Amino acid sequence: MSEEFTSGTVKKFLYVNRRAPHGSNYAQEGLEVALIGAAFEQDVAMAYLDDGVFQLKSGQDTGKIGTKNFSATYRALGDYDVKRVYVERESLERRGLSQEDLMPLVYKDEDDDWEEKPLIHVVSAEEMRRIIDESDVILNF
Amino acid sequence: MLHIVNKSPFEKNSLETCLRLSSAGSSILLIEDGVYGALAGGEMAGTIRDALADRTVCVLGPDLLARGIDPGRLIDGVEIVDYAAFVKLAVEQPKVQSWL
Repeated sequence: MSEEFTSGTVKKFLYVNRRAPHGSNYAQEGLEVALIGAAFEQDVAMAYLDDGVFQLKSGQDTGKIGTKNFSATYRALGDYDVKRVYVERESLERRGLSQEDLMPLVYKDEDDDWEEKPLIHVVSAEEMRRIIDESDVILNF
Repeated sequence: MLHIVNKSPFEKNSLETCLRLSSAGSSILLIEDGVYGALAGGEMAGTIRDALADRTVCVLGPDLLARGIDPGRLIDGVEIVDYAAFVKLAVEQPKVQSWL
């Protein structure tokens, strides 16, 4: 195990998020752990499935339920060099949502004169299957 | 890849999502309350039969026994494994995804 940490190997981490944001702590903790992984320069990708797609809904306001509105923190993903955020299309559609309902997250592409590019990719179940298969480490929240 | 599901499909959608997002050639292992998903008369039976065309589906025997489920009640083609086979599956597959 120590070799893994000292050899500088970059692994492909996939954080699978399947829960809605404010009824439990899973969503917030998943986001925080992902940002920590990205800060340690691992290759981090996010997957939002099932009720997890509600995490990315725009216009969340927790002012009247007395909890922290961590939805603003998703905007930090791009700053931490997370460039791959995948949302499964079927999960969105089953909940009556579309990409237009999601926060317009962006990252600045250092290879393209720091141009702002969309972070969220809505993908089919087929593409999501491939993304899961191609990751080295999967963490579930 | 080895996919593990430990929740009843009648309580959570973990099994449904696992079946939707697992690739051909992968193994799916039902443990704990996940074993209820393998009941022949259950709602998931059709989807599990479809998956059996290109994936293997196993249930952990001790968890069946604990829940009083007779092997005869399972969907045809679902394999029953013991703890040693569970370990073997986990070792043989390069990656494991546990659907919570």
